[in-house]
Amino acid sequence: MCDTCGCGEHEDKITYQRPGQTSHSHTHTHGNHEHTHEHNHDHDHEHDHNHNHDHTHPHDHDHGKTIQIETDVMQKNNLLAERNRGFFEARNILTLNLVSSPGSGKTTLLEKTIQQLKDEINFYVIEGDQQTLRDAERINAVGAPVIQVNTGNGCHLDASMINHAVKELNPAANSVLLIENVGNLVCPSLFDLGEAHKVVIISVTEGDDKPLKYPTMFRNSDICIINKIDLLPYVDFDVQVCKEYALQVNRRLQFFELSASKGEGTEAWFKWLKERLHSE
Amino acid sequence: MHEMSIAVSIVDIAVKTAQEAEAQKINAITVELGALAGVVPEALEFCFEAACKETIAEGAKLELIRLPALAKCTSCGFEFETDQFLNVCPECKAQVLAAGGQELQVKSINVD
Repeated sequence: MCDTCGCGEHEDKITYQRPGQTSHSHTHTHGNHEHTHEHNHDHDHEHDHNHNHDHTHPHDHDHGKTIQIETDVMQKNNLLAERNRGFFEARNILTLNLVSSPGSGKTTLLEKTIQQLKDEINFYVIEGDQQTLRDAERINAVGAPVIQVNTGNGCHLDASMINHAVKELNPAANSVLLIENVGNLVCPSLFDLGEAHKVVIISVTEGDDKPLKYPTMFRNSDICIINKIDLLPYVDFDVQVCKEYALQVNRRLQFFELSASKGEGTEAWFKWLKERLHSE
Repeated sequence: MHEMSIAVSIVDIAVKTAQEAEAQKINAITVELGALAGVVPEALEFCFEAACKETIAEGAKLELIRLPALAKCTSCGFEFETDQFLNVCPECKAQVLAAGGQELQVKSINVD
């Protein structure tokens, strides 16, 4: 039961909660409202019947009327993403959208990044998961303001969730906003959130052919982090092969090879983050 | 299953347009879907019916116009249609990236 309005928990409801809060806000999807409007007026129907026979009735509703639309299905999300992007640019907030399979080490990378750089950079984090506050609690423990978006059954974050979460998080100017997307290599690739860069993370415990199997995610990203390189001696993962596959899909990709948990290779990532924030 | 949110967006666009035209019922929605748009047609069809429920589009038909991606071999110039992003040129076996195929657009609706 929600403390704010008393509504029951539904799995298709999106909740926004900060660690330590007892109440949360949420949005409901009202995509299926039907309004019936009573009105009496002449319909200005245009019927175009491309066959010749006598109509014994004025309208043949079996054929209906065709209305041209030509509207991009993602338009609503993309327009809202651009509004988010404008807000981030105006405040010089470097926003990164971190995407990967579940278990690639996104949260650990965020924890280590915040711990290492929090004296130099103001970090804010939006955590996306279907359920639980667990990731937000981990980020809260390392001292960054964080909001958890629980998508219920949703498999990705979208621009309206970020818009809502950012209003609650209220990130300061000249900061870094890290968005940890729902662990999923497919769906998040289609939804622009308004980020400056999409960062795809692959861990060496996954297959090195993932860029070929899930090309859309690698094609839509700017940065590719290869994580858990401390485990390379124990797994059958060829870093060079993985990078070659990823570059086949996207020539622009910039790579970082690191171990978020052990610290190996993280310096280059930290350096890039600092330089990128100050180049804004 | 991002197809559910895509299906809801499609129905939203259609219902908004139909209401503006003061239509009472949506009979069919025509959608252009590119081979590389990242949407599984069968999953979209499955979600579409649910997304239409309790709207003026309930029972509407989803007419999918499926568009292929195009690939042009940079080695031999051979052009072919494909539904894969990474391809091997059927003529010279070079590796070819596809272009286009990203279409995801509500083209038209048929209303009463």
